[in-house]
Amino acid sequence: MALTKNLNLSYMNKIPNLNLKIISAIAFVGLIIATHNLIIPKNILYLFLKLVFFIPSVSLVVNIANVIPKNLLSLLSKIFGAVALIILVIVSYLSSKRKPDNLGELFEKWDSFLGIPLPKFLVDWPKWLDTPFMHWINKGWKSFISDYGLIFDAIGYGLLRGYTELKGVIVLTPWPLVILGVIAITYFTSGKKIGTTVFVGFCTFFIGFLNPRFWDKAIETTTMVVIGIAICIIVGIPIGIAMARSEKVRNAILPILDTMQVIPAFCYLIPGIILFGLGAIPAIISIFIYACPPLIRLTDLGIRLVDEEVIEAARSFGASKKQMLLGVQLPLALPNIMQGINQCTMMALAMVVIASMIGTRGLGDEVLLGLQQLNVGAALEAGLAIVLLAIVLDRMTQAYGDKIQERTQPGKKKN
Amino acid sequence: MSKIEIKNVYKIFGNTPDKVLPMVKEGANKEEVLEETGHTVGLDNVTLSIEEGETFVCMGLSGSGKSTLIRHLNRLIDPTDGDIIIDGKNIMEFNEQELIDFRKHELSMVFQRFGLFPHKTVIENIGYGLEIQGKPLEDRKEIALMQIEAVGLQGFEDQYPNQLSGGMQQRVGLARALATNPEILLMDEAFSALDPLIRSDMQQQLIELQAKLKKTIVFITHDLDESLRLGDHIGILNGGRLVQAGTPEQIIMSPADDYVKAFVKDVNRAKVLKAKTVMVRANEFDSNSIKLSDTYKVNENIYIEEFLPKVLADNSTVIVVDNKGDTKGYITAKQLSISLSKTGYNESSKTS
Repeated sequence: MALTKNLNLSYMNKIPNLNLKIISAIAFVGLIIATHNLIIPKNILYLFLKLVFFIPSVSLVVNIANVIPKNLLSLLSKIFGAVALIILVIVSYLSSKRKPDNLGELFEKWDSFLGIPLPKFLVDWPKWLDTPFMHWINKGWKSFISDYGLIFDAIGYGLLRGYTELKGVIVLTPWPLVILGVIAITYFTSGKKIGTTVFVGFCTFFIGFLNPRFWDKAIETTTMVVIGIAICIIVGIPIGIAMARSEKVRNAILPILDTMQVIPAFCYLIPGIILFGLGAIPAIISIFIYACPPLIRLTDLGIRLVDEEVIEAARSFGASKKQMLLGVQLPLALPNIMQGINQCTMMALAMVVIASMIGTRGLGDEVLLGLQQLNVGAALEAGLAIVLLAIVLDRMTQAYGDKIQERTQPGKKKN
Repeated sequence: MSKIEIKNVYKIFGNTPDKVLPMVKEGANKEEVLEETGHTVGLDNVTLSIEEGETFVCMGLSGSGKSTLIRHLNRLIDPTDGDIIIDGKNIMEFNEQELIDFRKHELSMVFQRFGLFPHKTVIENIGYGLEIQGKPLEDRKEIALMQIEAVGLQGFEDQYPNQLSGGMQQRVGLARALATNPEILLMDEAFSALDPLIRSDMQQQLIELQAKLKKTIVFITHDLDESLRLGDHIGILNGGRLVQAGTPEQIIMSPADDYVKAFVKDVNRAKVLKAKTVMVRANEFDSNSIKLSDTYKVNENIYIEEFLPKVLADNSTVIVVDNKGDTKGYITAKQLSISLSKTGYNESSKTS
C-alpha cells in the first residue's frame, strides 16, 4: 500500500518532457534488442539512431532516480544489488566446467584449520566459484570490433589528420621562429614576467641543443600532448561541472575516474592498437584516459570550493543556474581548473613516453631506442629532453594559472 | 496587511525531516530531537509578521536559527512545513521561474562575510543584480555610480573587493543590495564582522538611508545594542523558537523568559528607554506633590540619557509632553533611579 502510494503519478509529473523521454527509452531498448537479434543489421545508421535515443533515455533514468523518494530508492538499489549478486553467482556456477557432480563430492576432501576439520572447498577458493568475466569481455570485445570498428576508424582518421597537419606546420617552421613563438606565448600568459620567459626560452633552446634529432621529435611529442589535452579539456571540464552539480553524478563517475587512473596503461594501450592501429592516435587516446581524471577532479573541486556565501549572494539576486555557472562558479574555479590543466599536461607527457612502447614516435621513442641498445647516455639524453619539454609546458600553463589567480583573488596569493 | 507574514514555519535539517516533523510539532525541543533522531531543528513553529517600511530585527545566539529564518524569506532554504506570505503571495507556491523573478525584483540580501564576487570590481559587484535582471551596461553603470555615491565609496569603482577594508566591502554589499531598488532588504549579521567603530558608523548610515528609503528591512544580529538601535520591532529566537517579539521597550520592560532576561541584563537602559516608557501617567500622578519651579519639559520620544544628568543634578521632576505640548506624564528622580536599576522594573510595574 505504502509502496503504491509512494510511486503514484504525482512524482512522475515532476519530470520534464516525460512522454518524449519514455518514447526515447523504449526506442533505445528496442533498437538494442533488434540489432542484437539481427532483425535489423548492425550498421552505422542504427548505431547513430541508438546514440540519438541514448541521452534522453539516460536522463529519464536519472530523473526517475531523482523523483523516487530517497529511502525507497536506497531500498530498491539494495534489493537490486542483492538480486544481481545472486544471479551472478548462479550463472557463474552453471557456466563453470569444474562444478562438483553432486553435493556429497564437496565433503570428500577435508582440511584442518587450527585443529578444526573443515571441508576443503572452504579453505581453498573452490574452482567452481568463478565468474566467466574474461569470456564475457572477449566475446563483447569481438562483437564490438566487428560492429563498431568503423567508428573508431573515423575517429582515428580525424585525429590523425589533425595531428599530421599541426605537426607538419611546426616542423616546417624554422626553429628560431618556434623558440621565439614559445617565448612570446610565455611572455603574455605569465603576465609579462621576464624571469619565467627567459628561463622557458632557454629550456626550449636546449631541447634541440642536446641533440639535433630531438627537435622534430619534441615537436611530435608536443603535438600529441596538445591534442590529448584539448580532448581532455573538451570532455573533462563539462564532466567536472556535472559532478560538482550533482552528488549522484559524482558517485557514478568517481569509480570510473579511479579505474582510469589506476588501471595499468598496457591494458588499454594494446586494445588501442587494435582499434586505431599503431602510431600517434592510440597514444592520444591513452593520454586522454590517463590524464583526464585530475582535470575532472580539480574542476569538480574548484567549483565546490567556491565560497558558499558568494553562491548564496548570486542566488539571492535571482541568478539562474547558467548565470551562476558562467558568471560566478567557473571564473572563481578557474585557478583550480588551470591547475588541473597543468597536471593534465604533466601526466600527458609521462604517458607519451610509455606510449612509445606501442610504436609511437617522439622523444619517448628515443629513450626506448637508447635502452634497447644499452646506450645509457642516449637514453639519459632523451630523458633530459623530456624533462626540459615538461618544464616548458609546465611553466607556460602554471604561469597562466598564477596570473588568473592574481587577478581574481588579489591578496590571497602568499609570496 | 503585513508586508511579510511567516506562518507556522518549521525547518528540520537531516535526512528524513518529514518523519521527524510530527515529533517536533508535538513539542519536543531541539536537544531531544537531536538525541533521538540525529536531526537538527532549525526553526520550530515560528509565526510572525513584519510591517511595510519597518526595520525588524531578529536576534538570538548562534545556533538559534536566525540565519535560517532570514534565508526562508527568499527561499535560499525551503521550510519543512509552513507558509511564507510576502505582499499577499505565498512564496512557497512559486515555481522555479517565478522564484527567480521574485528574487530579482522584490528583495535583496546583505551577508555577514559580505558575499562579494572577488573576480568583479566594485562597480561590477554593485551592478550584479541589474546584470541578472538583464539591464544594459550603461544603465548598470549609472545606477551603480549613484549607489557608490550614496554609500560614500567614490574613487574605488575599479578596485577589487580584496583591496578594500572590511567596512568598505560591506558598503559595497549594501550598495549592491540597494542597486536593484528592492522593497525588502535582508541583512544577515551584516555588521557583525566589522570592528566596533566602523560598525557604529555603518549603523548610523543604515539609519540615515532607511529614513530616506523606507524599505522593509529584516536585520539579523546577535548584538542587543545593535538591535535596539536599529529595530522598530525585535524578535528573539532561542533554539529555533520565537520566544518574544515586540518593540525594544517591551523587550526590556517585560522580558518573556530567563533567556531574554539574560539578554537584556547588561543593556544600557538609559540609551534605550524613552521618556514615555518610564513616566507615570498624568492621571495617576499627584501633581500637587511637586513644586512647579523644579520641573522642566521633555518630549515623550527622547531617550532617558538626554535628561538624566540634569534630573540627577537638580533633583528635579520631568514633565513629559507629546509633540503638541500636552502633558502626558511625570518622571521624578526616584522614578528614574528605579527604572534604571536592573530589578527596578518588576517593582515599578508592580506598584503602578
